[in-house]
Amino acid sequence: MPKATEREKLLEVEHIKVQFGKKSKPFVAVKDVSFSIYQGETFGLVGESGSGKTTIGRAVIRANPLAAGEIRFAGQRISGRLTKEQDQQVTQDIQMIFQDPMDSLNERAKVGYIVAEGLYAPGRHYTEEQRRELVAKALSDVGLLPEFASRFPHEFSGGQRQRIGIARALILNPKFIVADEPISALDVSIRAQVLNLLAGLQKERGLTYLFIAHDLSVVRFICDRIAVIHRGQIVELAGSEQLFAHPLHPYTQALLSAIPQPDPITERKKKLLVYDPACHDYTTDAPTWQEVEPGHFVYGNTKELDGYRKAVQA
Amino acid sequence: MEKQPETIMQIDDLHFAFTLRGQLLHVLRGITLDVYKGESLAIVGESGSGKSVLVKTLMGLNDGNGYVESGHILYEGKDLTTLKTDAEWRGIRGREIAMVLQDPMTSLNPLKTIGWQIQEAVELHQDLHGEEAKQAVYKILGEVGIADAPRRYKQYPHEFSGGMRQRVVIAVAVACRPKVLICDEPTTALDVTIQAQILGIIKEMQKKYGLTTIYITHDLGVVANVADRIAVMYAGDIVEVGRCEEVFYDPRHPYTWALLSSLPQLGVKGEPLYAIEGTPPNLFQEVKGDAFAPRNPGALKIDFVKRPPMLAVSPTHKARTWLLDPRAPQVNPPEHIRALREKGRALKLCEEEGTHA
Repeated sequence: MPKATEREKLLEVEHIKVQFGKKSKPFVAVKDVSFSIYQGETFGLVGESGSGKTTIGRAVIRANPLAAGEIRFAGQRISGRLTKEQDQQVTQDIQMIFQDPMDSLNERAKVGYIVAEGLYAPGRHYTEEQRRELVAKALSDVGLLPEFASRFPHEFSGGQRQRIGIARALILNPKFIVADEPISALDVSIRAQVLNLLAGLQKERGLTYLFIAHDLSVVRFICDRIAVIHRGQIVELAGSEQLFAHPLHPYTQALLSAIPQPDPITERKKKLLVYDPACHDYTTDAPTWQEVEPGHFVYGNTKELDGYRKAVQA
Repeated sequence: MEKQPETIMQIDDLHFAFTLRGQLLHVLRGITLDVYKGESLAIVGESGSGKSVLVKTLMGLNDGNGYVESGHILYEGKDLTTLKTDAEWRGIRGREIAMVLQDPMTSLNPLKTIGWQIQEAVELHQDLHGEEAKQAVYKILGEVGIADAPRRYKQYPHEFSGGMRQRVVIAVAVACRPKVLICDEPTTALDVTIQAQILGIIKEMQKKYGLTTIYITHDLGVVANVADRIAVMYAGDIVEVGRCEEVFYDPRHPYTWALLSSLPQLGVKGEPLYAIEGTPPNLFQEVKGDAFAPRNPGALKIDFVKRPPMLAVSPTHKARTWLLDPRAPQVNPPEHIRALREKGRALKLCEEEGTHA
C-alpha cells in the first residue's frame, strides 16, 4: 500500500456539521466530522442506524446543506454557493449508488431512460443516437445486455436492479462514487457479484469510493481505510487491517465483537461487548481527535489516548 | 452417540403451488423434513427459495391462491394439511406454533399500546384476566429485557426503537405459550449490535420455556450462532440437511459450497470474491434434474436429467446430490471448502482428545 501522505487527496471533509429541524431547536445529526479520501481508494464509513453515516454521504453529494464546515473536492470547495459551471462539474464528478434497488428506480420509466437521465441535463447536448450508444455501453459495463434498455425495472431481479443503479451512476463518467449500503438489501449469493463488479470498475476506471455500510465483514473485505461513526461523531479511523488488529475505542470494540461469524465454533465462543457512552469521563478533560500510530486516529481525552498508545505498542 | 430425539413435526414430501395469472408456480417441490423436540433448526436459502412459504404453510398463512398439492405435515399426530378454515387453524396458530416476523415496524398494531397487544395473547392463551393478566405482561416484558414495565405497558409502538419493538414481538409470541416458535428473519432489519442481543433473548426464551425454534434466515453468521441443525433450501427443495458442524465444516452439496465460498469473511482481499453465476431457476417451468445444475460449473451429465435422491453422509447428515452416489466421479470441492474441512477435522481431533483425557 502506498504511503498515505504521498497520495493525492481527492475529497476533503473539514469540520462539517449537519443539522435538521428549526433553527431555534436544531437536531445535530453530524457534528464536527473531518476526514479525507485519497485518489483511488475505498473509504468505509461504518456505524449503526441513526449514527449519521448516510447524512454524511448525502452531504458529500450536496443533498444536505452544511451548517458549518467545508467539503473540498480535488482542491476545490464544493459546499455552499457555487457557480453554474462548477455545480454541473461537481454533479458529473460525484455520483451515488443507493441502498435499496427496489425503491431507487423509477417504476414507470424504462431502464434506458433511467440510465440516461443524467445525459438530459441542460448544458449537455447529445443526440438521441449518442445517448443510446452511451446507455448501451454503460449497461454492458455492468454486465447487463444493451437490449435491457427497453424494459421496465420490475422485470429484473434485485441484483440486476442494483446493476442498473450502478450503470446510472457510471454514465456521466464520475471520479467519485458514494455507495450507500449498496449490498445490504441483496442476497448472499448476489452480494459477491455486486462486490466484484464494484472492485472491477474501480480497477478499470480508477474510481474512488465512499462506501457506507453497517456490515463490518463486507467493509473489511472491500475498504482500504475505515472510519467508525457513533452519534454523528467519528470515533476511530484507521487502515482496515489496522482497525481489525487494534480496535481502540470501546465503541469500535463493541461493534467488532458483534460481527456474526459464519463458523459455529468461533461464533459460539465470541464474547459480546456492550458499549456504554457513560464509560468516558469527559467532565474535566475534553476529548480530542489524535493520531496514536501512523494513520490510526482515535477520539478520546488525554488519559484514554495514553492508554490507546500503550495498547498499540503492546 | 446421542439417543434418537423425539420428533415434534414431520413434513413428508410436501408440494405447494400458487396459481398466478393462469399459471402454476411450484414453490415447494417435495420437502421432507423432521423437526425434533427442543432443537433449534435453521432453514437457510436465498430469497425466492421458498423458505418463507414453507413456514407459512405450517401455520396456514399463505395467500388464498396457494394450495398444498400433495404431501403431509404431521404435528403431534395431526395432519395440518387437512385444516382448511381459520376456525380449524385457530387451535394451532399461536397456541401450538407462534411466529416472530421479520420487520418489527410492520408486525405490531400502531393504534394499540404494546401492553394491550401482549395482554391479548396472555388472555387468550394463558386464560388470565384483569390484574393477573397485567402482572403476567409485566413479567414477560422483564424477561425480554424491557425495563420499567408499568410505564412501557402504556406506550405505543412508535415510542420504541427497532430492537425494542422486536423484543415486544418476541414477548407477544412467547406469551402464547407455544411449543414451536418460528422466527422469520428475526434480525435482518436490525443493527449488528442489537442483532446479537435479540438472538440472545430468543435463545433464553427457548431454554426457559422448552421451545422448539425454527429460524429462517439467509445470514450464515446468525445460523452459526443459533442452530443445532441446518437445512439448506434451493428452488423449493431442501438440498442439504445436517447438524450445524456437519454443514459448516463438511458440506456436500455444490450449492452449499457456493454459498459458503461467496462469504466475504472467507475471501482474500484484493482478489475477486467467489460469485455464483446466473440466477435461480424459474419455478413456473418444471425443474429437471438438480435445480442448481445450470449454475454449477462442475455439474455432472446426470444432474440435468434426473433429480438426485436424498443420500446420507452420516445418520444425521443428508444431501440431495449425485456426487454422493457411489457411481459418481470424485469431484474435489473448491479451495475454501477444503480449508473448512481441514479446520473441521482439526476441531474434531481436539474434541476427541478432550473426551479421552
